[in-house]
Amino acid sequence: MSDLPTAEEMLSGLKYRPPSTDWMDVPAEIRKGIACYAGNPKSLEVLGFPNPRTWSCFDDDWQLPENWQEIIHEGFKERLEKFRSFKVFMDICVRCGACADKCHYFIGTGDPKNMPVLRAELLRSVYRNDFTRVGKLLGKINGARPMNYEVLKEWWSYLFQCSECRRCSLYCPYGIDTAEITIMGRELLNLLGLNIDWIITPVANCYRTGNHLGIQPHAFKDMLDFFCDDIEEITGIRPDPQFNKKGADILFVTPSGDVFADPGTFTAMGYLMLFHFLQEKYGLDVTWSTYASEGGNFGLFTSHETMKRLNAKMYAEARRLGVKWILGGECGHMWRVIHQYMDTMNGPADFLQMPVNPITGTAFKNAASTKMVHITEFTADLIKHGKLDLDPSRNDHLKVTFHDSCNPARGMGLFDEPRYVIKQTCKHFYDMPANAIREQTFCCGSGSGLNAGEDMELRMAGGLPRANAVKHVHDKHGVNMLACVCAIDRAVLPDLMSYWVPDVDVTGVHELVGNALNLPGQSDRTMNLRSEELADLQGTAEDTEDETDEEK
Amino acid sequence: MNKRYLLSLIAVIVLFLISYLGVEAVPGSKWLFGIVIPYAALIVFVAGFIRRLLTWSRSAVPFAIPTTGGQQKTLSWIKPNAIDNPSSKGAVFVRMLLEIVTFRSLFRNSRMKLREGKISYQLEIFLWVGALAFHYAFFTVLFRHLRFFTDPIPLPVRLVEDLDSFFRMEILQDFIQIGVPGVYLSGLVLLAAVTYLFLRRIFIRNVNYISLASDYFPLFLIFGIAFTGIMMRYVLKIDVTAAKQLAMGLVTFRPNIPQNVSSIFFVHLFFVSILLAYFPFSKLMHLGGIFFSPTRNMRADTRAVRHVNPWNYPVKVHTYEEYEDDFRDKMIEAGLPVDKMPEPQEAAAEEEEEPAAPPQEPPADAADAAAEPEEKE
Ligand code: HEM
Ligand code: SF4
Ligand code: SF4
Repeated sequence: MSDLPTAEEMLSGLKYRPPSTDWMDVPAEIRKGIACYAGNPKSLEVLGFPNPRTWSCFDDDWQLPENWQEIIHEGFKERLEKFRSFKVFMDICVRCGACADKCHYFIGTGDPKNMPVLRAELLRSVYRNDFTRVGKLLGKINGARPMNYEVLKEWWSYLFQCSECRRCSLYCPYGIDTAEITIMGRELLNLLGLNIDWIITPVANCYRTGNHLGIQPHAFKDMLDFFCDDIEEITGIRPDPQFNKKGADILFVTPSGDVFADPGTFTAMGYLMLFHFLQEKYGLDVTWSTYASEGGNFGLFTSHETMKRLNAKMYAEARRLGVKWILGGECGHMWRVIHQYMDTMNGPADFLQMPVNPITGTAFKNAASTKMVHITEFTADLIKHGKLDLDPSRNDHLKVTFHDSCNPARGMGLFDEPRYVIKQTCKHFYDMPANAIREQTFCCGSGSGLNAGEDMELRMAGGLPRANAVKHVHDKHGVNMLACVCAIDRAVLPDLMSYWVPDVDVTGVHELVGNALNLPGQSDRTMNLRSEELADLQGTAEDTEDETDEEK
Repeated sequence: MNKRYLLSLIAVIVLFLISYLGVEAVPGSKWLFGIVIPYAALIVFVAGFIRRLLTWSRSAVPFAIPTTGGQQKTLSWIKPNAIDNPSSKGAVFVRMLLEIVTFRSLFRNSRMKLREGKISYQLEIFLWVGALAFHYAFFTVLFRHLRFFTDPIPLPVRLVEDLDSFFRMEILQDFIQIGVPGVYLSGLVLLAAVTYLFLRRIFIRNVNYISLASDYFPLFLIFGIAFTGIMMRYVLKIDVTAAKQLAMGLVTFRPNIPQNVSSIFFVHLFFVSILLAYFPFSKLMHLGGIFFSPTRNMRADTRAVRHVNPWNYPVKVHTYEEYEDDFRDKMIEAGLPVDKMPEPQEAAAEEEEEPAAPPQEPPADAADAAAEPEEKE
């Protein structure tokens, strides 16, 4: 990462001046630091995808099939008929520019083609040429152009500089969702075997082993066992998670990232403790699955069909195990899929029951059909009914703010549940400014499969607006912990913070829960889940302790 | 970029010349500009509009993908945002209504500023104000025009006329000659708003960069319509009775060209005809499109009520059985339950079982090689 510009360099290099050349005459530059590596052919083969071959996006020749233009044209046509969203969004944009400066990639790079409207125009220009008479007649002056290699490379470049966050769609007077257009564009690219490795290899892994990271069943169990060791060391109590258990009440599915890397692992420990507590205290029977061991779904970033292929495992496993309903862990795009696609794609889930929390009696009517409940909905309900034994003082050294992940925000509307859980488990909570949270939240900069290593410059640039808002509450209130409900966030925000706001760390909401939760029979809790001595942490937090909590 | 607006400007000027010189110089062409073209334009408009709506409605709506702009409806003690995260038909109706009559999403607009490493967002309501002014003025003008097509003039039209001319402009009064009809605010607002929308396309860099010829063309055309209209009313003071006679002729299907209709009127009518004919093939179809936008017109209760995809088709999945076949011995070794316990001797001959897996399955380690778990650095 030595050629990553410093934060200062990046800021001072930011100009929002479009070039004087017409955008159609500015060829896309596929450049190290921004672009992601091309997909591994083995992964394409696993999935039965077209045109598996070893190629590089930095090459001139992408080794496309002979008739690639025809493939794109036919694929475009098919999708216009299958998706009204696509058709209408191709037709009605007035280029008012309201969406332009709403995209974090535009804010962070200043590249005019990262304005959502121009990103969409990349496809629209081909649409006009191929599918409208007036467009074809007037040609370039009216923004129409035929598909060619240059255009294709431009598509590839900019469709992988969109994190499908939907922020633009919130501000558009017609709700034009450039994320939807990116989804279609990536589907078309996949028809030619064009994808990035960071997406397609996790997809292939997930297809075969059940999770993006390719963790095999025995290793998955080992990893959770390892967390149980840690929990035992910290609390004196050893949880006993169940796997693939037939007849359990609830199937729990969460992104595999949390099983794999810090700080997500601490969130996974939080889940283990919560389920242990509920089992001991109320006899709740939760099982994990090694087959449905992935909540996330990089299929969403590939094609609708791939999304369906990966998602199918959740219902299949729930049916096989005979559980009553499914509980889903903290993850961003996973929840877009569950909330807006799963039931339609792989339902109806009539073999499951209306989700009812047996401890509180609460029926989750909002999940009556999909039968899958978000863990913060579940935990918030437990806390509200006083069913958890919490000692928030173990989080007293934290000054917490909350990052709304794009998908649960604009593809679901999950705002108050995680905030409630945080406020019940931490004394100090400060929201970021209204322009950067809730439905207006900014992407972490690495969503939709762009969380690779090679595009670090893009990620740091795209995360600028988020980091800037964190910096604001850090400077103002001494915030030192950024909470989130997404495994990708937990994997990428630490990098973003160390780049822009070095004193802020990242946590999952259920890590906070785990730290606050008293387990029956526990020993004296002197450490947090990160095995840090609480006494030391409290000491360091003292000096910033003067703030009032007016923002609660 | 200038090329783009110049071309549109030239197009409108050419249209002006065609109609003006045509009417002035070519005898009998009034018939063409006053009757044939307006009828043809109307037919193109109606047919084109309906066709476009039909193509849209023929495209499927496979998934419910509303943009949720507020708290979902979940636990009873959490207050949902009924309008921005609508979970009932009524709430969707309110959301759509507010979009259409108040441009609610556009009202959210803000402008990003980066100063000394700090990003801030300022309220940016000019576009919203300008857009609202433009559309309401356009609508009012359109509505007032019913006066030319009705006899007697219905009460609502007269009321709107009165309201519209109620605010006489004091400053202007000196310039206005005696006997001038009351000044209609809507016409002036329309002209001003169109000018503003044009200027922002010229002066706001990003907006300039994204603007196409087809963004300038309707603005010039509408400017032309409003301008000729205002000229006729306040400056040239054409024979309104004659114009109305022509208009009435059109709507009663007894077309006729009265004697003293001035040439500028034909230009006005020609511009309107062009706008009508152009409408269905352009971005102006946002008028219809907004009603079809799935991110706005769908309910967000997607977990409570199943949305059905009309073309949902079965896909190839990796079943649990295949998965267990891949990993059975490892699972058993790790103490994980399996559905199918291998017979002792079979377990020994595990290798031979492999080919029994579906042929399209790749060798078990294909993806392993592709990706060892290596999250991020
Ligand atoms: C349901 C009805 C309509 C709605 C909700 C609507 C909404 C909007 C909105 C929100 C904008 C973007 C703001 C702007 O750029 O000014 C816009 C632009 C525009 N609308 Fe409409 N509109 C409607 C009907 C019409 C009609 C009937 C016309 C007739 C000509 C029209 C002409 C235009 C034009 C020319 C623009 C572009 C302005 C520019 O270039 O900056 N609209 N509309
Ligand atoms: S806000 Fe909507 S209509 Fe305006 S430019 Fe963006 S996509 Fe087009
Ligand atoms: S979906 Fe997000 S990343 Fe993509 S164009 Fe819109 S704002 Fe930018």
